[in-house]
Order: sequence, then C-alpha cells, then structure tokens
Amino acid sequence: MDKLNLNQHISRQFNEELEDIRNRVLAMGGLVEQQLNDALQALIDFDSTLAEVVMTNDYRVNAMEVAIDEECTQILARRQPTASDLRLVIAVIKTITDLERIGDEAERIGRMAMRFSQARDAGKYLSGISHLGEHVSKMLHESLDAFARMDTEAAVKTARSDSKADKEYERILRELITYMMEDPRSIPHILEVMWSARALERIGDRARNICEYVIYLVQGKDVRHTSMEQVEKEAREFAERRKRESKT
Amino acid sequence: MLQPQDAKELDDSQSDQSMSEDTRAEQPTPEEPRTHGVDISTLGRENKQRNIDEETIALEVKDLNLFYGESQALKSINMKIARNSVTAFIGPSGCGKSTLLRCFNRMNDLVDSARIEGSITMDDGDIYQKSVNVAELRRRVGMVFQKPNPFPKSIFENVAYGLRLLGINDRRRLEETVEKALKGAALWEEVRDRLNENALGLSGGQQQRLVIARAIAIEPEVLLLDEPASALDPISTLKIEELIYELKDEYTIVIVTHNMQQAARVSDFTAFMYMGELIEFDETNALFTNPKMKRTEDYITGRYG
Repeated sequence: MDKLNLNQHISRQFNEELEDIRNRVLAMGGLVEQQLNDALQALIDFDSTLAEVVMTNDYRVNAMEVAIDEECTQILARRQPTASDLRLVIAVIKTITDLERIGDEAERIGRMAMRFSQARDAGKYLSGISHLGEHVSKMLHESLDAFARMDTEAAVKTARSDSKADKEYERILRELITYMMEDPRSIPHILEVMWSARALERIGDRARNICEYVIYLVQGKDVRHTSMEQVEKEAREFAERRKRESKT
Repeated sequence: MLQPQDAKELDDSQSDQSMSEDTRAEQPTPEEPRTHGVDISTLGRENKQRNIDEETIALEVKDLNLFYGESQALKSINMKIARNSVTAFIGPSGCGKSTLLRCFNRMNDLVDSARIEGSITMDDGDIYQKSVNVAELRRRVGMVFQKPNPFPKSIFENVAYGLRLLGINDRRRLEETVEKALKGAALWEEVRDRLNENALGLSGGQQQRLVIARAIAIEPEVLLLDEPASALDPISTLKIEELIYELKDEYTIVIVTHNMQQAARVSDFTAFMYMGELIEFDETNALFTNPKMKRTEDYITGRYG
C-alpha cells in the first residue's frame, strides 16, 4: 500500500527477515554493478588482470543468488506472507534472477576483454561500446536505487531510458557492419565487439525488468509486456490515488 | 491475531563454498527419457477468478446496523453473498464478524438487548420481516459452531434429528438421508459400521463433521460456519477445509475464521471487518495479494494497526 513498512510487523523476527533479504538484494546489486563496471573498464583499458578478476568473481554473484533464493523459500514456507510482504518476496526472487543474468553478461564481457587485451589495434571498434556501457551501467544503478527507495517514479523513468540503449545498440551494429565491409579480415574481432554490445543491450533490458518488479512491488500491478505509455499511466493513476488517500 | 510462529531462529548464514556448485545440472537418466505432452488448453487460459458482479446473489445485506443495548456492534454493513461460493469473514476479536454471521439466520433474536436496523434479503424477501417463520428460516440457513455439539445419542440419531423434527419417521427415508449426509460430510467411511454407537465417542474432528452432516441432512441453502476448525488438529482441519470446498457445489457457505491462511485457502470472497465496520470486501486472491485499504493490509500482514 503506502510505503512498505517492513519494520512494523508484530513479529520482530519477521521484520528482520524481510529487511535482511532486501539488504542482501541490494548488496548483490552492488556486486553486480561493480562486476559490470570492472568488465567495461577492462575492455576499454585492455586490462587483462582486471578481466581475470571479473571472470573469477562471477561465482560470488551466483552464490548470492542461491543463498537469497533459499532464504525466500524459507520465508514463504514459515511465514506465509501476504499482500505487500508477499509481493516483496516475489519481487526479490525475480530481481535476483535478473541480477544473476546481468552478472553472467558482465562475465562474458570480461572474457571478451581478456581476448582483446592482446589486440590493441582493434581499439577503434570500441568507441560505441564505452558509451553504451556507461548508459546501461547507469540504468542498472538507477533501477537498484528505485528498488532501495521503492520509488516507482524513478523506476518508470529508468525503464523508459531502455529505449535509448536499444537505439544505441542499433547504431553500434550499423557502424560495425560498415567496418566489416571495409575490411573483412577484421570480422573475427568485430564479431567479439558485437557480442559485447549485445550483452550490454541485454543488461539494459534486465535493468528494465527490475524496474517493473519495483512497480509490481509498490503498486501491486504487473506491468510486464505492456507498453511504456501503459506503465506511465498506471504509475500516474497510482500516485494520484495515493495523494487522495493521504488527504483523507 | 497472528498464528503463533515457530520461535526457532532461521539459519540463513549459508556457506559460500557450497553454493558455487551448479545445482541445476541434474539431468534425467538416459534409460527413461522424459517427455512432456503439451496440454494445448492451458495456453491462453485465464486465471481462475470470480467476480461478485457476475455471481448469482444468495444473500444481500443492506445498511445493516446492530445494537447491543447502547453499543453499536455492526455499522451500516452492505455486502452480497454469492451463491455456491465460500465467503469468509476475517478480522480481530470483537470486530463483529460472528455477530454478522448470526444475523443470517436470526440467531441474534435470542439476545434480548439486540436491535437491528436495515435488511438482509434472501431470494424473495427480507428475512427480518415479521411474517418470516424463524424456524423455517433456520432450516434454510444452517449453522455449525466452533465446538462440535453432538447430542448424546447415536451417530444415526444425531444426523436424523432434524428430519424427525420435520416429521419424517419413515425408516428407509431416514436411512437414505443419513447415509447421503454422512457421505457429504466425508464421514461415512469412518462410521458406517457403528452408526448406533454414541456420537460422543467420536474424535473432535469426526464430531465436527458429524455436526456438519446433521446440518446438511435437512438440505439447507446456506451453511454458516462459525470457526468450524479452530478446535481441531491440522489434519482434521484440512479434512474440514476439503469438505467446505466440496460442499460449495451445492450450498452457499459463509465462514468466520480467525485463521487467515484458512480464509485464503478455502474462500472465494473475503470480507475484512474491523470495529463493527466492513472495511474491505473483495475476491480472495485480490484481497490477499493487493488489498486496497491500509487497514486490511496491516491486519493480513500482521502489522500494528
């Protein structure tokens, strides 16, 4: 309903459990964010050491997903949460799935960075990547922020900026195709870059998913697979309803 | 009220090492290849949801006020009870849910200080009109209480009691009806060989089902259940819940329960009451996943009101 008051249960232990999964999701989000930024850094700086770190750290993301999933299962079994508590647990389960996949994409970029570190002359293909990378990294950051603050307005705004990532991705593709036509020998390298761009574009989609879970969590409305206009309309109506309620 | 929760502490400090293994890599053994037939009808199937506006209405409450002397126990209640469905009333102690339930078969008539305004309509007319025969009303609207209250008679006579009151004494007809009622209450298999034994020898869960059998023997239209499972163990509780689910094909059921999970499990519609007011009435799935009122949310999630 209103702000999710996680700390107002009669059962103090339940408060702590819900607070705990929420904190752990944010910690996992922070880790994934760092993985992504490191992977991008490694790619752009031809830094094989950093790329190595990203690749070896992915297991930590996976371990967190499993651990949080297990805690959610225990809460479902023992507390039978309802209403906003139930939606929190469901949103957490879905969010960590997307975070884990983002982690996988970051690892993939890290692996690419590893191979690229021996081919410095291919650097010219990377100009678009760093731009797209910055954008999706910001999206991920903002989606986690919206989750932390249960802020649907921020969630809608971030979800909307996914279309910018999609356009950027298409632009990069066109650019890379031009390079391929100019010099077919560069195709193996360029394909690698293309996969990285693809990974980044997918990360944008997943950040958008997280925003949708935030909206579900706060408004109780499933906005997946609906148009952006529909999402904005729902959010607006919800904000108005809440304003009316707080007046009465 | 919350159910007492297990006080043991959760052990959620999982070790990191054990988590790094990929546990999803399980594969079916090659000897028994797993296939999955696709049930086409599941595609595009809507989730099961009932809507009160599309239901046939069995009972309609309009502007109902109830006073015990000076104090008002029910405050302008408006609601509809759908036919062949289960409607659950939840709310804290003293919120008026049992009082409202008792209004449906005029049990409050027995309380001297009770005074009622407003109306409850059943099929054709207001059940509070002077011309209404209360005994006839209670035949149409049966009731089962929290504590099973079998008569100190045989199992058979307990179920046949209502019929005998109606003047039916034909042995064959009684036997048929008793068997049907006991089967309906999912008790027949357990007692068929000892119908002449004293009903007080049955277990609590069996006694409660016996009382339900007694209530359905006279084929009421509406069945009111006031905390029917609160004195029973979990298995008997599940049996009663299963029974409620089966009975709704033939009867309209209204249940009062302290156990919210029970309301969530058995009911199609749920009403949340607080301090004599009906705070929220909605389809059960909606009420338990996304309630509209903050009061409801606080109650069903166990927060301070």
